[in-house]
Amino acid sequence: MSQPASLLAAALLPPYAASGAVTPGDLSAARAQMGFSLAWHIVVACLGVGLPLLTLAAEWYGIRTGNPAHRLLARRWARAMGVLFAVGAVSGTILSFEMGLLWPGLMGKFGQVIGLPFALEGIAFFIEAIFLGIYLYAWDRLPPRMHLLTGVPIVVAGILSAFFVVCANAWMNQPRGYTLRGGRVVHVDPWAAMLNPASPPQSVHMVLAALMVASFLTASVYAVALLRGRRDTYHRTGFFIPFVLGAVVTPFQLVAGDWAARFLADFRPTKLAAIEGVFHTHSHVPLTVLGFADGDRLRYGLEIPDGLSLLVGYRPSTVIKGLDRVPREDWPTVTSVHLSFDVMVGLGCFLLLMGVWLLLAWWWGRRTGTAPLAVRGTRLFLLLAAVTGPAAVVALECGWCVTEFGRQPWVVWGVMRVRDAVNPAPGLMTGLWLVLFVYAAMTTAAVYVLRRMTRDTPVPVAPQESDVEGYPVA
Amino acid sequence: MLADLTLAVTWAGLTCYALFAGADFGAGFWDLLAGRDKRGLPQRRFIEHSIGPVWEANHVWLIFVLVLLWAGFSPVFAAVLSTLYIPLTLAALGIIARGAAFAFRKASVELWQQRLFGACFALSSVLTPFFLGTVAGGVASGRVPAGIAAGDTVTSWANPTSFLGGVLAVLACAHLAAVYLCQDAARGGDAALAAQFRRRAVLSGLASGVVALAGIAILHEDATVLFHGLTHRALPLVVVSAVAGVVGLVLLVRDHFVWARAVAALAVAAILWSWGGAQYPNMLVPSTTVGDAASTDAVLAACLISLAVGFLLLVPSLWLLYATFQREQPAPADAGTDGAR
Repeated sequence: MSQPASLLAAALLPPYAASGAVTPGDLSAARAQMGFSLAWHIVVACLGVGLPLLTLAAEWYGIRTGNPAHRLLARRWARAMGVLFAVGAVSGTILSFEMGLLWPGLMGKFGQVIGLPFALEGIAFFIEAIFLGIYLYAWDRLPPRMHLLTGVPIVVAGILSAFFVVCANAWMNQPRGYTLRGGRVVHVDPWAAMLNPASPPQSVHMVLAALMVASFLTASVYAVALLRGRRDTYHRTGFFIPFVLGAVVTPFQLVAGDWAARFLADFRPTKLAAIEGVFHTHSHVPLTVLGFADGDRLRYGLEIPDGLSLLVGYRPSTVIKGLDRVPREDWPTVTSVHLSFDVMVGLGCFLLLMGVWLLLAWWWGRRTGTAPLAVRGTRLFLLLAAVTGPAAVVALECGWCVTEFGRQPWVVWGVMRVRDAVNPAPGLMTGLWLVLFVYAAMTTAAVYVLRRMTRDTPVPVAPQESDVEGYPVA
Repeated sequence: MLADLTLAVTWAGLTCYALFAGADFGAGFWDLLAGRDKRGLPQRRFIEHSIGPVWEANHVWLIFVLVLLWAGFSPVFAAVLSTLYIPLTLAALGIIARGAAFAFRKASVELWQQRLFGACFALSSVLTPFFLGTVAGGVASGRVPAGIAAGDTVTSWANPTSFLGGVLAVLACAHLAAVYLCQDAARGGDAALAAQFRRRAVLSGLASGVVALAGIAILHEDATVLFHGLTHRALPLVVVSAVAGVVGLVLLVRDHFVWARAVAALAVAAILWSWGGAQYPNMLVPSTTVGDAASTDAVLAACLISLAVGFLLLVPSLWLLYATFQREQPAPADAGTDGAR
């Protein structure tokens, strides 16, 4: 089947016979709405996890150096953080509505099994909201170090929120901790459900991704400013703090990603098979880079002989379980999963190389006694650095596509199909259009407001901060 | 036992949402009616200062209620959300528009932007509680049967009881906000503003009373089971709400704003608990009881224990939040602290 047609077919899964009103269109509308609002929220949520850490770093640096430019940086980031947190809080609430509005079949049956991580997430989120209120509004009312301290719970609670939410998603991949009798959940071990085998690799991978996205996105903004010739302390620090954090996290992310893939080889061979486009179980499986699924093989891809067998088992003779182990109707759409994965890995490698470049430039700078970013090739470096943010976001979305598309056609892997979970009420398509409209408006407004904020919005500054190194602050 | 406790905690969360976030919605209602740009500016500023630091924390109560409902009573959560998905989608969109527009208005400097975001904020502040009220009316009048999307997706919320619920929710929010804002304005030393909001608090209080009285007739015709519960088992709570409403108005007229605040909150809380009391032990009228819908004890216990531990962290944090903004330099941001308390 050709690529667009197979994607379309994936979207239009046949309706479940028993659920009355649902049409294929409504089912794809529900999937599209959930996918869209999650894809939107995941970016804001990542910024919500990472930006507080960057802001605290800038504030701490500012207190240490006494340089008003650093404090100003912290203030501006905090303002952005405030806007993003508000947007993230509401777009996250929509998700908890949508769990019931769109997937009542899932929630009615398994809501209690995944209730605990969401309850814990609620608490973590509450703490985040409270301390964010204090942090943002008490800047002038607390001594600097005290103020810095009030930001710490935001960071911790943000990371914990991410962990709890991902635990619930991990449960959908590795359902544990419950017993079914006659189609009803009769016994639940909520802790076993939350701490299922997929939770550790998935949540570590996600938290690191959040830090990378926030870091590289922020760094991108300042890379553009540096390219425009604004190379003062303010913009240099604004670039270096996030970029260094991103560069430090990226190698760990590669390890975490490898861990997550190995986990799949052991626990979810079907998903790995879809990721790598392995249709038949055998040894000496090549690693195929890019390519489309055509019938029972990948076409137009670059094959590295024995690559996958080597990666998984360190020996060419390692047997890789293929998609042929499960009935065809239970296959995820191979092309979308495979391409998402390859794009994610490719962009991850790009981000890693950018970190290495920075390290080399720094080492060269130390050797020759020149300041970093004063060596040759800086312009190219900054150009590439300016795209690290969008690259990290694309990698994030692709990674999320891998885990979600890779689970299809199941909503709870091996237990409940997506089409059995969807709300059978008519008119879901209308809901999708409404949601798309509101999100489009909100995105436009958010981007507009944030851009204005970085450019020329007057930032309330203390008098001594009003003219730092000659760049305009207002 | 655990099921009842979980339900009580959920209901307490709903009460907190109504009392705190409800007032934030009500503030949006008054923002809508504040008048044209120039004339309305001081009021809008004041409203913004009042709810700015706290609305996000207040909003979290909704997440708390949703999560407890789905963890503790999954079939009820699924039944309510699938049948009432139209008003709930609209309420959800209202929540997005309200929160985002409020944050954007704060961050924007040009008048046309402030107008646009302000209009979004204010309108959605009215529509959201209305639709949430229609949801309450649908559940209370027994129009949400057990099962997934088993009820009528339109008449379950487009009916007399839902309409009553929606209007009452908007008015109650507006009343709470006006009463709270009186006290904030008085504490900020702005007597004119305080008088303005006192008049609004009295008017919205009277309007709520009239609608509630008319509601008796509506419920008698449209929601017989609820009516029976309200006039029998839950009668004491109904009386408490009515008495608190009247006492609150008297306190307002006599400028006892702090007490008026507590009594207004009591009146609204009593409405919610009288609904709960009238319907208990049914979660979905007529036949899904708390016991039927409750999750296994292991889940309920885990959630309750987590919440208990969580609250040990939350209470001092909340105290810190409100306390930080109580100790005030005499700035206009003064109102800041407990606009939604």
